[in-house]
Amino acid sequence: MTLPETSVTTRRNRRRASSFAKSVLRFAVTVVTTFLGLLAVTFFIGRVVPIDPALAIVGDRAPNHVVERVREELGLNLPLYQQFYIYVKQALSGDFGTSVLTTNPVMTDIARVFPATIELATIGTIIGAVFGVPLGVLAAVKRGSIADQIVRVIGLIGYSVPIFWLGLLTLVLFYAKLRWVAYPGRIDIVYEYTFTPITGFFLIDAAWQRQWDVLWDLFRHIILPGSLLGYFSLAYISRMTRSFMLNELSQEYVVAARAKGLSETRIIWFHALRNAAVPLVTVIALSYAGLLEGSVLTETIFSWPGLGLYITNSLQNADMNAVLGGTIVIGAVFVGINLLSDLLYRTLDPRTRSR
Amino acid sequence: MSIAETSPKPYSREWLLSDRPASRKQARLGRAYVIWRRFSENRLALLGLAIIIGLLFVAAFANVLAPHDPVQGDLRNARLLPPGTAGYLLGTDDQGRDILSRLIHGSRLTLFVVVLVAIIAAPVGLIVGTVSGYAGGWVDAILMRITDIFLAFPKLVLALALVAALGPGIENAVLAIAVTSWPPYARIARAETMTFRNSEFIAAVQLMGASPFRIVLRHVMPLCLSSLIVRVTLDMAGIILTAAGLGFLGLGAQPPLPEWGAMIASGRRFILDQWWVAAMPGAAILIVSLGFNLLGDGLRDALDPKEAGQ
Repeated sequence: MTLPETSVTTRRNRRRASSFAKSVLRFAVTVVTTFLGLLAVTFFIGRVVPIDPALAIVGDRAPNHVVERVREELGLNLPLYQQFYIYVKQALSGDFGTSVLTTNPVMTDIARVFPATIELATIGTIIGAVFGVPLGVLAAVKRGSIADQIVRVIGLIGYSVPIFWLGLLTLVLFYAKLRWVAYPGRIDIVYEYTFTPITGFFLIDAAWQRQWDVLWDLFRHIILPGSLLGYFSLAYISRMTRSFMLNELSQEYVVAARAKGLSETRIIWFHALRNAAVPLVTVIALSYAGLLEGSVLTETIFSWPGLGLYITNSLQNADMNAVLGGTIVIGAVFVGINLLSDLLYRTLDPRTRSR
Repeated sequence: MSIAETSPKPYSREWLLSDRPASRKQARLGRAYVIWRRFSENRLALLGLAIIIGLLFVAAFANVLAPHDPVQGDLRNARLLPPGTAGYLLGTDDQGRDILSRLIHGSRLTLFVVVLVAIIAAPVGLIVGTVSGYAGGWVDAILMRITDIFLAFPKLVLALALVAALGPGIENAVLAIAVTSWPPYARIARAETMTFRNSEFIAAVQLMGASPFRIVLRHVMPLCLSSLIVRVTLDMAGIILTAAGLGFLGLGAQPPLPEWGAMIASGRRFILDQWWVAAMPGAAILIVSLGFNLLGDGLRDALDPKEAGQ
């Protein structure tokens, strides 16, 4: 009697293990093909679309043998698939070529500017989540009321307004007219020489070193672009929170909780929101990825020395290596966050675990 | 009791709402009427529709409506006049050009971008999605991997890189935005196709000997259209914003074209003292993309009652 039972359980365990292995394999295939695809697209943009890169370097008046030699050195005479192979190999080792503008390796530049973008996007997401989630809950609870309509309009305007325009107007209002915030940039020029960052995340560095005046200055610089990005993520987060909460509030367990006599506050904030929190985590992660993209225009307006400003500066100077390097990094982080949020969702929500 | 006796007058309300439409035309009109009733209950959606109709009107009659030339300004007398100056309702820019006239002519560029992107991206997404959903198997796997790769790119950044390579200009901006916008349409069309791929009417057409090409074109695609239209309308605002962003960075329409994003960029230098030069085109962008968002929301609620109120 015991024998068949154990064989059944081991078979079931084996099947479970193999389904786990299969999902891990599928996940790995997704990651690898997506990253390869990303590189293929940037490779295509960089090598195939524009005019001859060799000509771009030596100019169209150079004699033929010079052009030939440059082509040879760039590996442009190799078949396309070999070029792509070399490209992938270099990209995997973090080599995106040299920036024409700064003469540094593109990767060095990106490592220098990226913390500023991360810091800005993090502040934006925090602002968006702190205000967006309660607003969404409020809209769902008071569905159809004035409050619901107001939250809806705030969100719709967030979806419709050009971020660079709003940035310019708020800069005029809060910096030039009211003097509430500091001028565009990340840190006051006075502190630029006295303050030595360690991690590149200035807010953390200043707090760690207990330089409170620097921290205050940093805050006055980051608050406006941070709030602006925060508004965009608020628009998205509040809308999704409302929809998730409406879904939860119509479930039977809410009726059961009411019948049990729990207070409405407790039902909303402890029972319903906890269940809505699982998809919300994905939404917040996605909005974080979206802010990395939104930072391109915001950083241009606020002279924020991050990856977005780096890309647009390189664009103005036709520095393709830097543009494509920045594109790959943002794309890779984007993909990474998407995959992470997917994984997170699967671990947090027991219903999505494989059968 | 024959149908002829009870059937109401054609095109009346009862005729449109009839449970037993006598002809295909009546059924279609009836469905359209129900959708319209649901749509027009939503006041914000009607506002959106009004904004878009206004945009179409302004773009169509730009030559008649614009009080001044959008490209040639009066450099001597009319530089940087504030809004409300006689003859210049929204003021003038640094080259003495009437901002209102430039906005009116710019509406054509906005429509040009939006319509062209929709015409390129929506059919591509529709074809990829329906073929992938109907064929299944390795065709589906490969097409969806490609879609996922494009979906993985942040839109604006990919468009930036593409335009940087192709060179600035409004046509290249359209191309770049189209390349970044088709993947969601493919996803939607595929999901729709999957829901009825194994249904009986498809099996019936297969039995009648229709080729897969005919089935996808005549039976699958029409059923995917309504959700696709909603999604395209909702995306219009995003397309306008991306185009304006490209224009702002100097990668879209080139001067002296009155593209709204580029107008904001040229007004940036005077933002402290002559705020209206940059403020007006931004307001135009905001109003038009708000219109598309309201219209798209309303359409989704009307066409898909399941989602309504969410």
